Amino acid sequence: MTTVMEKKTETGRLVPGTPLLEVRDLHVEFKTRDGIAKAVNGVNYSVAAGETLAVLGESGSGKSVTAQTIMGILDMPPGRVASGEILFRGQDMLKMSGEERRQIRGQKIAMIFQDALSSLNPVLSVGYQLGEMFRVHRGASRKEAKAKAIELMDRVRIPAAAQRVGDYPHQFSGGMRQRIMIAMALALEPDLIIADEPTTALDVTVQAQVMDLLAELQAEYHMGLILITHDLGVVADVADKIAVMYAGRIVETAPVHQLYANPAHPYTKGLLRSIPRLDQKGEELYAIKGLPPNLLKVPAGCAFNPRCDAATDLCRTETPALHQVMDKDGAELAGRRSACHLWKETLHG
Amino acid sequence: MGRYVLRRLLQMIPVFIGTTFLIFVMVHALGDPVNALFGDKAPDPAVAAQIRAQYNLNDPLWLQYVKYMGNLFRWDFGTTFSGQTVTSLLATAYPATLKLTAVAFTIEVVFGIGFGLISGLRRGGVADNSVLILTLVVISIPTFVTGYVLQYLIGVKWGIVPATAGDPLTLQSLLLPGIVLASVSLAYVARLTRTTVAENSKADYVRTATAKGLPRRRVVINHLLRNSLIPVVTFLGTDLGALMGGALVTERIFNIHGVGFYLYQGIVRQNSNTVVGFVTILVIVFLAANLLVDLLYAVLDPRIRYA
Repeated sequence: MTTVMEKKTETGRLVPGTPLLEVRDLHVEFKTRDGIAKAVNGVNYSVAAGETLAVLGESGSGKSVTAQTIMGILDMPPGRVASGEILFRGQDMLKMSGEERRQIRGQKIAMIFQDALSSLNPVLSVGYQLGEMFRVHRGASRKEAKAKAIELMDRVRIPAAAQRVGDYPHQFSGGMRQRIMIAMALALEPDLIIADEPTTALDVTVQAQVMDLLAELQAEYHMGLILITHDLGVVADVADKIAVMYAGRIVETAPVHQLYANPAHPYTKGLLRSIPRLDQKGEELYAIKGLPPNLLKVPAGCAFNPRCDAATDLCRTETPALHQVMDKDGAELAGRRSACHLWKETLHG
Repeated sequence: MGRYVLRRLLQMIPVFIGTTFLIFVMVHALGDPVNALFGDKAPDPAVAAQIRAQYNLNDPLWLQYVKYMGNLFRWDFGTTFSGQTVTSLLATAYPATLKLTAVAFTIEVVFGIGFGLISGLRRGGVADNSVLILTLVVISIPTFVTGYVLQYLIGVKWGIVPATAGDPLTLQSLLLPGIVLASVSLAYVARLTRTTVAENSKADYVRTATAKGLPRRRVVINHLLRNSLIPVVTFLGTDLGALMGGALVTERIFNIHGVGFYLYQGIVRQNSNTVVGFVTILVIVFLAANLLVDLLYAVLDPRIRYA
């Protein structure tokens, strides 16, 4: 099914760096009673095998909708893909039949959801839900599926997997449930995993364990990982690059450490400033003023302009393009883009 | 689990005593059964006295009840005024009603859940609106109207199925009464299924099932429908008893000599033994059905555990 030659490792996995997924100018809108809500307005991003892309944004910034569109699990209607392409290993998934897309789901691209308690079926045992992957996609028998389920639970380090395979989701702790979600996503060794806020519902200590596990398994299988989050702390450790989203658009992309060190968009700058820091104890915490825009009437020009301290008249009339970011000497910074008219001032000033 | 069942069975005893006593009191409140037996004629005092003595009618009500219950435990349901044992009536009536109920219940389950599922999956569509309107119509029309109209149209005018169910009861002759008996419950089941399916189809675990790449059919049946059936099963369980009791009207329309038929006769003739006997069995069926539902609950939903 692939149109380009892909290099594989001895274990049949894609060589790290092989392009996996490319989202091109994706527009998604929702029909609501009050009009059309433009949830995603021209998103571009790409992930390669073995790479981790963190998609950062507030609630309603379109990060989850983009992910659901990639997975093909968006509720349609009211959702609708207005335009754009989603290339998976060179093929546009939006042009595929429903059956072709179903074959990709779970087998090639898998998804981990935020709340494992509600995302797992409460009335089926975890063994059944894990084994289902093998029974449906690999034609395994009940017995084989159960053995595979135990193997997977071992992989994600659930203690006493063989005894717990028949247990139900509510009988596990939050961290263990999320491990089961990870195991389920991992079951058929997909090329790409989309993790939609995988640690938001967990305790901080458990968050770290789950993230470490995810990163470890990703490295082992050379999987691509799209990590959707609003938590800047989670991102720093595991991501290779970051895409910051605001009001359905990507406002900045950058390699992770460069973004933290030197943001090129006022929104990113605001986000970084609003992280509580120990050396600022006693000082008032910075907050970006105002609220995220109503997606039914996104402000003209730059969507962030009403909340931006640096906004000029240009920002209020003209939507900024995603500019290539350059250093002071005018050399292009690889992978760095900013959708701000004033990116130079933001970056260097 | 065993302890739970035992506790539930023990709880049935006061319920059983309470309901039977209420029925006993209510039947006696209808008036003097001996007068009713003789109808318009004045009863011969000697005969009346003999009947009163034979049926313990001179005792205070509570003593009559105690004596009746005592007999009941020896499987003696008493005799009717015409001399038949109530047990023999039960033996002829219950199989007929059970057959009718079985037919009605099957129709209710298959079509109720089927329509509800289609309706719930395509909310707002043509199928959904048709189901909503049709069920509303069925619920609004009394059973005897539906019964007579269907009997006339399908049974008499077009002659597709027999208009009345004769002896012996065949599946074919029970089809029309079954549909009539099931109709209202079917409408409720369809609406209930529609609601729970529509609600659960937005659930996160259904989205997960889709994201796993499962075929649509499997998502709907194994994940969506299974969860949606939990409240429906509760309704079906309690409805099983209601169907048997509610067969009264349907049985009269289609001339089926079942529980409803004899119960009606018993009430008209104020034959307390018949009425109390039949209702007692209905109460037992109802209680058993309820227990069964509660146990089935734990099978359907593992989050429910009985201790």
